[in-house]
Amino acid sequence: MDHLDRLENIGVHILREAYASFKNLCMLWSIGKDSTVLLWLARKAFFGHVPFPLVHIDTHYKIPEMIEYRDRLAREWKLTMVVGENRDALDNKQTFPDGNADRLTCCKKLKTEALVNTLNGSWKRYRMNHATGGYEIDKNTEPYTGVIVGARADEEGSRSKERYFSPRDNRSEWDIGDQPPEFWNQFKTDFAPGTHVRVHPLLDWTELNIWEYIERESIPTVSLYYDHGNGKRYRSLGCGPCTNPIDSTSKNVRDIINELKSGKLKNIAERSGRAQDKDDGGGLETLRREGYM
Amino acid sequence: MDIVIVGHVDHGKSTVIGRLLADTGSLPEGKLEQVKENCERNSKPFEYAFLIDALKDEQAQGITIDSARVFFKSPKRDYIIIDAPGHIEFLKNMVSGAARAEAALLVIDAGEGVRENSKRHGYMLSMLGVRQIAVIVNKMDLVRYDESVYNSIVNEYGAFLKEIDIRPKTFIPVSGINGDNITSLVNAMAWYSGKSILDVLDDFTSGKDDADKPLRMPVQDVYKFTRFGDSRRIVSGSILTGSLAVGDEVVFYPSGKKSRIRSIEGFKTKETKTMAAPYPAGFTLEEQIYITRGEMAANSHEAKPLVSSRIRASLFWLGKNPMVKQKSYLLKIGSVKVQARLEQVHRVIDASDLSCTEQKEMIERHDVAECTIKCSKPIAFDVAGDNTLTSRFVIVDEYEISGGGIIQQKMEDSQDWVRDKVYLRNYKWEKSLIPAEKRAERYTQKSCLVLVSGKKNQGKKGLARALEKTLFNDGRVVFFLGIGNVLYGIDADIKGEKGKDERSEHIRRLAEVAHIMMEAGVILVVTAVELTQSDLEIIKTVVNPDRIMTVWVGDDSASDINCDIYVDHADSEERQEEYVAIIKEYLQKSGVIFNPW
Repeated sequence: MDHLDRLENIGVHILREAYASFKNLCMLWSIGKDSTVLLWLARKAFFGHVPFPLVHIDTHYKIPEMIEYRDRLAREWKLTMVVGENRDALDNKQTFPDGNADRLTCCKKLKTEALVNTLNGSWKRYRMNHATGGYEIDKNTEPYTGVIVGARADEEGSRSKERYFSPRDNRSEWDIGDQPPEFWNQFKTDFAPGTHVRVHPLLDWTELNIWEYIERESIPTVSLYYDHGNGKRYRSLGCGPCTNPIDSTSKNVRDIINELKSGKLKNIAERSGRAQDKDDGGGLETLRREGYM
Repeated sequence: MDIVIVGHVDHGKSTVIGRLLADTGSLPEGKLEQVKENCERNSKPFEYAFLIDALKDEQAQGITIDSARVFFKSPKRDYIIIDAPGHIEFLKNMVSGAARAEAALLVIDAGEGVRENSKRHGYMLSMLGVRQIAVIVNKMDLVRYDESVYNSIVNEYGAFLKEIDIRPKTFIPVSGINGDNITSLVNAMAWYSGKSILDVLDDFTSGKDDADKPLRMPVQDVYKFTRFGDSRRIVSGSILTGSLAVGDEVVFYPSGKKSRIRSIEGFKTKETKTMAAPYPAGFTLEEQIYITRGEMAANSHEAKPLVSSRIRASLFWLGKNPMVKQKSYLLKIGSVKVQARLEQVHRVIDASDLSCTEQKEMIERHDVAECTIKCSKPIAFDVAGDNTLTSRFVIVDEYEISGGGIIQQKMEDSQDWVRDKVYLRNYKWEKSLIPAEKRAERYTQKSCLVLVSGKKNQGKKGLARALEKTLFNDGRVVFFLGIGNVLYGIDADIKGEKGKDERSEHIRRLAEVAHIMMEAGVILVVTAVELTQSDLEIIKTVVNPDRIMTVWVGDDSASDINCDIYVDHADSEERQEEYVAIIKEYLQKSGVIFNPW
């Protein structure tokens, strides 16, 4: 059994536990490589099916290609695709840099608040109609009690302390100093009404593992990760204004793996292109305590 | 390979890891500088521990609060190092980190010597099943690299480990701050001829031989994604030990049902005819049997798991509130979750000094206890000596995992004698070629046993007959079975013999008759005088407990069972009609009777 097998085994096991434990389960899909690997693991766990909705928080600052890719895979893989947003903040321009908010406030509004209120069902959700290809208001407004997220422990400090099953209180807040114990493949699947549980099947994966797995399984990824001739590519995907491409000539998955293993990216943190981390003193702890994924 | 680093608070665990990362070049570029800069800005002296203690509270207090995963690579292999907190308050976090590890580094401060949590953590490692341990005597620089200080710790702690049956791989004297003996040996401790931490890590062995043991696969779910146009019924779960192959005869416990593996299923995997631990499996069966999450699959030609509702276990308690006898808890083992009660505390051990008390009635936070636990339903398991992975369980108090246990012994429960007969029956059972679902579709009903009980002369029989008639007129396949019908025929050999054992045997035979009729797809209505909890347990062992509905007629003050429906008295026809309608509604809600459209 190689290391990728081991990671895949844990991931599949956790997904099946989550599916058995939560009546209202969903998976967050950011369109990035990690949550796409997660989606692939779900298809493995459920023999080609994805028996729960995928939730995408659209900040409307995402790079357009990401949305096209999302809708294409949703159609091809017959996914139940649900989209949420912070309409008020967008209408009132509480955004960065073209509105009147700084980076962290923008993140908090467009991502954290949109996520929290989409998950608990208090804001409108839009569901893809596979017959028309368009999005319609989702009649289901029940809160999701289990939320599968593609966070990895090696991304930043607060994620290195996560549990596979991590509770959030009724305001979606994370009590990082008092997390429940988790051992022997038994997870926190019992929870008080009003609270929910975040499920993290990818905690043990590194960025390199993700790319090696994408290569092994031939998982389709958005082309923004690759250099198309101008010597630039995205290493981590987020909103246009806060995510910068890096200098790299990696044109395919193999190039990226080589670059991570021995090239110049070997010792540079993955989220170095994400400006909001720096504004939080080098981590995401503040955002994540409040409900950010 | 996952390695955990444990030990008493402030003995320098995070510093050792920070140093290991820095000295092997495992840190991202600029990380060291960034942390140093952060320290300067906040006018704090730099510590290697800050590389790991990422949380704001951790840096402010200078302690590790929660276990962190740290990724690190030696020339030999990849590691995930789990930095566990040493503070007693965070023992649950230490347990969460340590339980995943295949090996442990246990750190002891040379100056402070062996402390309470040095011992407690050693003890917890042995309970959690971490067998490979290296002991690090840290801060040797503070004792001027004195060999005699090191030796006295080796002797003292070595003796403790021996008492709890742990043989450490080695002891290593180091200085985390100075980086001595972390990645290479130093002259300051020329008297030490062993290996550096890095070399000791590479010496640990990874991977287990779980695939060679008998098959144990807790069923996580049985999937049928008809909504997506997929008619396969796939039994899924992670194989804990052993292996399975197409054609194998598998038995599921605790129900004792068997079938044969028809195919092994997967998505985007190579087609295969065998699978082994520790892979997650999915397979279809030759004969369709009704099984659900919570059963454990075993191979009929290998050692069987044990089944009981009573177990004797070693248990450590992490809960804020103590574990007490009066309260009901949830016990989770494999994929099953049952209600459980603490029946008896045999003794409580203080893991920090191994002292024992036998007089305790409860298990308090951080206690380790030997106790007997009674579950509301039988569970399938192995004892720790036979199979560690299937002997482990957790206890949930309110919504939190609050304790972990290892089953040492199967205790007798009242159903053992019935269960043995049921297993043999199931094993020998000739299955109908008509699947239960086909029968259900045809009859527009699932089979069910409706037990009508109560004191004498309350109108039980009248109600039962009225129910039979109404359901029959609705077109259902229903039969009323009076207990007398069984008494003079099937029970002829034991009729008239009085005693508790005879009553149990009467009930068992009645349940066996019910089982046959339910296999035929029938809704069976049975009346029995003053049914007790122990009678009901026998019936639940013999027939599918999910298909039993109980009705109590009249005064229930002396009854010890919880029924689904209570009826005042059913002596008039109007009342009977009223209650028949309620029972019918219940059967509809629970999916026993349904309409084909």
